[in-house]
Amino acid sequence: MNLHIPKPVYDEESKPFWEGLNNDELLIQQCRSCHKNIFYPRSFCPNCFSEEIQWKKASGKGKIYSYTVVHHAFGPFKEETPFIVGIVELDEGVRMLTRIIGERNQVQIDKEVTVVFQRISEDFTLPYFMLSNAN
Amino acid sequence: MKTERIAAIVGVAESDLGKVPNKNVLQLQAQAAKAALDEAGLTKDDVDALFTAGNWAWAPNLMLAEYLGIETKYSDSTNIGGSSFEAHVGHAMAGIQAGLFEVALITYGSTNRTNPTRNTYSAPLTGQYEQPYGLPGTVGSYALAAMRHMHQYGTTSEQLAEVAVATRKWATLNERAYKREPIDISDVLNSRMIAEPLHLLDCCLVTDGGGAVVVASKEVAMRTKKRPVWILGHGEAHSHNTITNMPDLTVTSARESGERAFQMAGISRDEIDVAEIYDSFTITVLLTLEALGFCEPGEGGLFVSGQRTAPGGDFPMNTNGGGLSYCHPGMYGIFLLIEAVRQLRQESEARQVNDAKIALVHGTGGVLSSSSTVILGRD
Repeated sequence: MNLHIPKPVYDEESKPFWEGLNNDELLIQQCRSCHKNIFYPRSFCPNCFSEEIQWKKASGKGKIYSYTVVHHAFGPFKEETPFIVGIVELDEGVRMLTRIIGERNQVQIDKEVTVVFQRISEDFTLPYFMLSNAN
Repeated sequence: MKTERIAAIVGVAESDLGKVPNKNVLQLQAQAAKAALDEAGLTKDDVDALFTAGNWAWAPNLMLAEYLGIETKYSDSTNIGGSSFEAHVGHAMAGIQAGLFEVALITYGSTNRTNPTRNTYSAPLTGQYEQPYGLPGTVGSYALAAMRHMHQYGTTSEQLAEVAVATRKWATLNERAYKREPIDISDVLNSRMIAEPLHLLDCCLVTDGGGAVVVASKEVAMRTKKRPVWILGHGEAHSHNTITNMPDLTVTSARESGERAFQMAGISRDEIDVAEIYDSFTITVLLTLEALGFCEPGEGGLFVSGQRTAPGGDFPMNTNGGGLSYCHPGMYGIFLLIEAVRQLRQESEARQVNDAKIALVHGTGGVLSSSSTVILGRD
């Protein structure tokens, strides 16, 4: 596992998300006005433009919307190929880009996945997803 | 067809293409601009609006105008990725229609091959939610779309390869093309995997190069040297920035931009004689053909099968050899316009589409993020 991924540039808007991951919590947002779930973090609802946004803990379950097996990567990821990057649609309806952990031959679109918290460094955790029915 | 004539493309040119280690982006743009103005019989002093897009300067229009010695009364640096130049053509027509200026110079220049700038790691703003996962930005995003299209519709790698093979056939007819040796379907399938399901030969080239397009009002166009190529319709749209936020990985905003362009031009799909469609990747073409309505959603693979888009096929497309085989210096859109204009002027020599009267040009920018469609025609 590559542990040299540079830390993203956090800001006030994103800090709760990244801090939540360090505590093994996947946080998304919800608009209090139109009730739509929101990811990535924002100060305004992209659906109704309300500023009444609250954080909530996501179920951490979802399914694969699409994926690719990366054979040619750049920068800090160069030595790590092949690896699987996917878009996961959470049960809450929002989509996230992520790493899919699992056997290449088992990974398919629409398969169910569960979040795993991948510690990269002491204060940097990424939400990866693994196949729900894999051991 | 729309009969009102507002603005025309009156000059087009490329700079040196391919590997151009001895020229910077300003030289490439100046070289193309001079050639495009020359063929129109115009000079730099006729230019009163300047359009460019690039990330080579803090304010590219300021640097370029100063370098070229051009004073403008209108400036547009719209940057929506590779489709920017189709957007510029639409914006130029709107400005001319509003009486704001008469001659617009649109340029692009890039030393993407000599000085690669992409794929450096930095993850501020919305990039912080994607970059840590190591997706190779552009190709990885298009691979996600291709995988979804295959899952949803049964599209195959062979069908994607049809596009690369047909496009290479056109390139063999174009002396300026970077890759000219013929390839077949198995060459594409056996080329190195980059991001599944996309192979190396499903991906565009990385070259240096520049281009220029001169748009003029009807009044000016009637006295330029070349036969005017009229701008009949234009539409643009964008749906997302990051691939994760594309509403449907199989439907691009070409659906909206195309519909607007066809409506403005007052023509139907079957009146298009030649199509120049952004081919950053083979999947880009399939998705665009579907979204533009040349076939039903999911039928893009079938549409391009049997070398339909190759020389002699019944849907001539990317007749210069495309971004896949001719040149692709990062933002390819300006080259689509250049080739469409040459086709309509019957200047495309060995690759000339017989009696082409109406051309469709479609740019795609970002990661399937932006669309801009231009429909061109000659009298």
